[in-house]
Amino acid sequence: MRHGRRFGDLELSALAVDVRELLERSVTSLRSHLVTRPTGRAVRIAIERQLDMLVAPALSLVDLSSVAILDYSCADEVVAKLLLRKRGPAGSAFFVLMGVKAHHRDPIEAVLERHALAVVAETGPGRYNMIGVGSDGERTLWSRVERSGCVRAGKVAELVAARGQRRDLDALLTRRLVFRNPASGDLHALSTLLRT
Amino acid sequence: MKVIPVPTSLDYRSVDQLLGLASDSVEGSVLLDAHRIRWVDPVGMIGLLSLGRVMGERCGEPPVLKLPEGGEVLAYLGRMGFPAAAEGIFREPLPSGRRQARRSEVLLELTRIEENRDVHAVVDLVHDRAGRILARTLRYPPTAVVQFPVVLSEVCQNILEHAGAPGWVAAQSYLWKKRLGREVLVIGVGDVGRGFRGSLEGEYSGRYGDRWGDATALEAAFIHGLTRFPDQGRGQGIQQIRRQVRRWHGGIAIRSGTARIADVPDWDEMAPLEDGLAPFPGAQITIILPAGAQP
Repeated sequence: MRHGRRFGDLELSALAVDVRELLERSVTSLRSHLVTRPTGRAVRIAIERQLDMLVAPALSLVDLSSVAILDYSCADEVVAKLLLRKRGPAGSAFFVLMGVKAHHRDPIEAVLERHALAVVAETGPGRYNMIGVGSDGERTLWSRVERSGCVRAGKVAELVAARGQRRDLDALLTRRLVFRNPASGDLHALSTLLRT
Repeated sequence: MKVIPVPTSLDYRSVDQLLGLASDSVEGSVLLDAHRIRWVDPVGMIGLLSLGRVMGERCGEPPVLKLPEGGEVLAYLGRMGFPAAAEGIFREPLPSGRRQARRSEVLLELTRIEENRDVHAVVDLVHDRAGRILARTLRYPPTAVVQFPVVLSEVCQNILEHAGAPGWVAAQSYLWKKRLGREVLVIGVGDVGRGFRGSLEGEYSGRYGDRWGDATALEAAFIHGLTRFPDQGRGQGIQQIRRQVRRWHGGIAIRSGTARIADVPDWDEMAPLEDGLAPFPGAQITIILPAGAQP
């Protein structure tokens, strides 16, 4: 499902992907679980195609809530490779994994660790975490932005006043774990963008 | 006709005796004589299928497998789907055994793994059954019902990734009264493909030089997570299976070529690395999960 979210002068394209629904549409025969690499690859390619139709910057919500079983090979494709391809230098998407349950955490965290990645994940109703690889400073700063929801441009200097936190903020921005409105300079937690 | 005696107790500990017979030079007809067999587990069954396949290819004709004419083992082989899995591997159709009135506690019958959809079928089936067996028989927590199919998925994908040939998987729980005094779940996975050495040779044999062999290939995959694919995301499957098996206080062993590597739990006495075994094609994976372990 595609729609836009407006922040002042900026419109952020948004894409909500129910992975289970996409799985049933993307893989020729009926597949009820997110297992095996070819299946993960098919789902990832389907998400990428949808993302390619969006105007940058785009926010992608990947909903795993109805996925009962997720194996490591699939997680590598649907989470790690998707992030590497669409959030890296060649891509411009922001990602939030929705509906991440306890049994998804192991495979997701394993593949994030393998590729030194991190992602914002909804790990309970209305509860968001940064999962994967990140320094203590990045995690602390991310949590402060998440708690605030939005840090106005004029307050960003205060946010990163402690030594080294400018570097942590740059890392969070580069890794697209927080969003800076290019027009206003405000910092947004990705979870806040979902509610806008 | 060359007669090859099958051990009367054929499980993960004695299967080497059987696989070792493949290195004997044989020509013409072969009879695998299992008519005295009293006990067989999933690893033993897959060993029989693998040896049958190898002997058939080597001798140019499928061997004959002689099973007991009746009794519990024959009935059990029937419940595990052995006669169906053995079709085309042995010369004559196998007796299917007496039908059991009650539903068996088989977790996963012998299942051929040849393509991606076979792995999906295994996961679907096991997900339905795992709750009953893992929670009630092995007293595992509810989270294991999800983690167990993931382990099976990864171990089956190992066949597709490394073997270049079809393989089989099976799982069953047993009471190990004497050895452990509790139930265990035995998972057997096997193929007669190119094995770990063959899979990794092109990419890594140069790096290892004179040390390259079945044991170093197993170490490369099992310990270091190396794979022939340049993709950094590959090669995690075995690592994650090992981690999960450790959480359940279980053991995992992989035999390939002339070597075997294992994560050995404190209740077992298997060597962590063995080399110089009788050569056998492909890879044979054994996972044993004891009851009552907490993740």
